[in-house]
Amino acid sequence: MKTLLVAEYRDGKILASSSELINFAAQLGAESAMVLVGSETTLPHYQGKLYLADSTKIGEFNPSQHKQLILEVIEKEQPSMVVLPHSSYGWDLAPRIALALKAAQISEVVEIKDGHLVVPSCNAKLRRRVKATTNISVVTLQGGAFTPAEDPDGTPEVIKVEVAADGDIQFAGYEEAETGGVDLSKADIIVSAGRGIGKPENLAMIENLAKALKGEYGASRPVVDAEWADPSRQVGTTGQTVTPKLYVACGISGAIQHLAGMKKSEFVLAINTDKDAPIGEIADVLAVADLKQLVPILTEKLNAL
Amino acid sequence: MKLLVCIKQVPDMESKFKVNAAGNWYEETDLAWRMNEYDEYAVEQAVQLKQQVGEADLTVLCIGSDRVKETMKKALAMGCDRGAHIADDASHLKDPYTIASLIAAYAKDKDFDLIFTGMQSQDRGSGQVGVLVAEMLGIPSLTTLVEFSYADGTINAKRELEGGIKAKVSCTTPALVTCQLGLNTPRYPTLPNIMKAKKKELISTPVDDLNPQPSLLEVLQVAPPEKKGGGLILEGDPADLADQLIQILKEKTTALA
Repeated sequence: MKTLLVAEYRDGKILASSSELINFAAQLGAESAMVLVGSETTLPHYQGKLYLADSTKIGEFNPSQHKQLILEVIEKEQPSMVVLPHSSYGWDLAPRIALALKAAQISEVVEIKDGHLVVPSCNAKLRRRVKATTNISVVTLQGGAFTPAEDPDGTPEVIKVEVAADGDIQFAGYEEAETGGVDLSKADIIVSAGRGIGKPENLAMIENLAKALKGEYGASRPVVDAEWADPSRQVGTTGQTVTPKLYVACGISGAIQHLAGMKKSEFVLAINTDKDAPIGEIADVLAVADLKQLVPILTEKLNAL
Repeated sequence: MKLLVCIKQVPDMESKFKVNAAGNWYEETDLAWRMNEYDEYAVEQAVQLKQQVGEADLTVLCIGSDRVKETMKKALAMGCDRGAHIADDASHLKDPYTIASLIAAYAKDKDFDLIFTGMQSQDRGSGQVGVLVAEMLGIPSLTTLVEFSYADGTINAKRELEGGIKAKVSCTTPALVTCQLGLNTPRYPTLPNIMKAKKKELISTPVDDLNPQPSLLEVLQVAPPEKKGGGLILEGDPADLADQLIQILKEKTTALA
């Protein structure tokens, strides 16, 4: 079996997901080649053929032209699987490639089980084992699901490729994350509020618990989207990635995007009414309780210590 | 201006999910159904655009059994003009390619200037349908939008990338956009609008009229994730729980040191 790995490059850097693609191919026991729209000055650690296009010519984000380029590499390499990260780059590009090939696409693979690919459904409460019925398939990998134990090494054999620079989408650069607010990545203790707090007024009890523990408070995406907390407080894929000594997840069910941002915490305490909530998968302790009752009592007792 | 918004009805994600008897999806009984959260942002953005340009006709499309009409009525109450229901009791067994083929077949000779979808569904989460529809129709698609503006046939938007970074992108219509959470603030339908929505056109078309393309994916098994174990589960009276938790924090962490 042969795979074509589509690495991701942004703002002059190769993203860490490229090593996950390599590890995935290794786990499948598949041969691989790689394609990258990037730069000769920043090559990935990879032992194999690298088809390289110049991002300064065709743009870091230019889906129709990236698609065209990858289709040309597919023509040369004849892989049976095209693999991308399940990221803002990968989930945008993958269906374009899949349709051009009339290939099945398997999104957000988390695991290889008995030779089949497994994907999550329903907020990670279910998993589906799926199979492509087409000779070639397009696959995207969930961030962090195939992180290798050690970074790959090697120097790729570079084959330069080109494609016309036009396209139907104009890309006008990046807007950096808003600075200011809190840097949660430096906090030792974080108490985070999820949808389970129910209403904005209840954020105060999360803040109070954070104070009692001499930590910072954070929030999950729904709480930030509802404008109950400042965006700088958001933990998860599109917010901050945190590694505190203690993470207290209050009313957070544990969407994949949230888990990706906090699963490297040293100790995770979850407070949730649902014993089966996915947060329980990574929590060291899950207290099954209504946070509106438990959090104030816990805060009071901590303050009395 | 002709606008289309595609929505899906999904179960409340706080539900407990059981695998169905066929072992290929979840059991649909005893679930509370609602509009896919991402699609609420899509409907809101489409309604805002309609209000901005004045002369516009906004169709909401949904595929599924008769049950999905309830969710379509919410979209009509939010401000869509008409509903196109693709009647299909087996939509949950269709893969993203087949679903996209139905939407593309519906849209292909209707000259929509702009099509809105959510960036993914909350239950299946493939994130494919919107882009596939655009590719089938041969129009550009902008995905994962957290900002959107439209003027004179041009869309200026921002895509959400990882780590809070955004990419500034634009394209001309006809086009398709997929909406990320936080794009806007979806409105709650008012009572008068809910009453008005009952009188709006909602036409059902049998799915076979749209020549569904066969699925490219096969589902072999659906199951809850294997419990990794390890974590301690505590239940009981909140005051007792608080004492136990403080004890654990003292023993297992340095938080109270």
